[in-house]
Amino acid sequence: MPQVTYILPDGTETTLEARDGDSVMETAVKNGIRGIVAECGGACSCATCHVFVADEFTNLVGGPSDLEDDMLDGAACDRRDGSRLSCQIKMCADFDGLRVEIAPKQV
Amino acid sequence: MPNIVAKILIVGAGQAGMQIADSLRENGYTGQITMVGDENALPYQRPPLSKAYLYGDADEESLQFRNQKFYQDNNIELILGDAIVAVETNAHGGSATTSSGAILKFDRLALAPGSTPRKLEIPGSQLDGVLYMRSLADAQALKARWQDAKNVVVIGGGFIGLEVAAVAAKAGKNVTVLEGGDRMMARAVCPITSAYFKDAHERRGAKIILDARISNFVGEQKVEAVELADGTKIPADIVMVGIGVLARTEVANLLGLELSNGAILVNEFAETSNPIVVAAGDAVMLPNPTGAEGLVRLESVQNAVDQAKAAARTLMGVREPYRALPWFWSDQADIKLQIAGLSTGYDQTVVRGNPNQDAFSVLYYKEGRLLAIDAVNQVSDFMAVRRCLSAGQTIDSVAAADSETPLKTLITA
Repeated sequence: MPQVTYILPDGTETTLEARDGDSVMETAVKNGIRGIVAECGGACSCATCHVFVADEFTNLVGGPSDLEDDMLDGAACDRRDGSRLSCQIKMCADFDGLRVEIAPKQV
Repeated sequence: MPNIVAKILIVGAGQAGMQIADSLRENGYTGQITMVGDENALPYQRPPLSKAYLYGDADEESLQFRNQKFYQDNNIELILGDAIVAVETNAHGGSATTSSGAILKFDRLALAPGSTPRKLEIPGSQLDGVLYMRSLADAQALKARWQDAKNVVVIGGGFIGLEVAAVAAKAGKNVTVLEGGDRMMARAVCPITSAYFKDAHERRGAKIILDARISNFVGEQKVEAVELADGTKIPADIVMVGIGVLARTEVANLLGLELSNGAILVNEFAETSNPIVVAAGDAVMLPNPTGAEGLVRLESVQNAVDQAKAAARTLMGVREPYRALPWFWSDQADIKLQIAGLSTGYDQTVVRGNPNQDAFSVLYYKEGRLLAIDAVNQVSDFMAVRRCLSAGQTIDSVAAADSETPLKTLITA
């Protein structure tokens, strides 16, 4: 199973194994990682699962869709390079080792 | 302050019950938490049932809020597939008995029982294939018949009905939506939005009948058709009834709690008429959380989550009233409807964008002040209004009418 590492706002890191096809958001929330709120449960409707994809992975993971892009504009934390909604990143073998920083403010 | 409450019993393992348990632990409550749910599945999200789950994009495991390990790690005792059949309280706590005979003592009781679909009682209601959509079991029953069903009839042109109709139309089925009123989603949106959704679903292949008078279901054991009062028979392999939900008040009634309009009455601290008991989610009637006057019942994920947080604070002795901006979403095929605010009492609407191009929003005003938005595939409008209203601000209605100007540049005090 591909691994994903979450860097929490306080700087601590947690690495989890993701089920293939589960999103980066689902993997975090199911395991009780705090900081990713995900009120809408992954429908790309709330912008409360904002993460910054680590520089070395941004090309691999790709950018947001138009819809996600508009949602990110309204996220509680200002967006920057690598900003994504983690409900829209589906884990797969290619993403093994992915690192994402959780945006410090979600709501 | 030390925890004086050592045992909390949560009745209901849906969105609100789950959030109460989670918030208690997040806020540092170290006492016992027991959560009782009458379904067997690990607590799960309902919204995807009528969308991703039906499409086949989500399975049972992906619906779960948390994995099994989370409950162990956080010392949350789950009692699933069981229900409270007796309960009593005294000045300091109480005790509940489940149908399997377990006796659960508590210092505080949190009710998050949710709601249950309103049943359509007409001749033929018992036929196989007449289905509802609320629980995982409901969704599984629908899905089991989905593949072979050619003709799908949806009764009720509300959110749940239109979501299922959208999935059915996309799967190439013959879909008919029967709505008893004169427009779609009438309780939640204005006539402009209703008219768009009727047209949009028709363009996507659904047949929509307004002012429908349904007389009975036709069939021997399986439903075969829905018969209207004028004698029209609409062929049906599946009928999905979505005509609203009723608050579940079984446990509240055992306790003799005060109800309002059939729902559990709470104050802004999620407290019921019994000082030992708090309640949150779909089953409660609560003071309008926007600060406006009156009581409201809000059947939404946002309210379940935010009000549950308020209930958790109250359980921990923190006096902070529940204030939040209601928001909501409904995904119907390629149409994303997002609503922020409560439009009740509006006296003016402003339309931005073009309903004919599946991208527009309706802003609701009262006495010149912004109340709410329906955004259809207009995410930036939705986000701007959500931010604006959450901050207690407004947007000038004349300026908002210019679709070319981003709403977020127009927010003022």
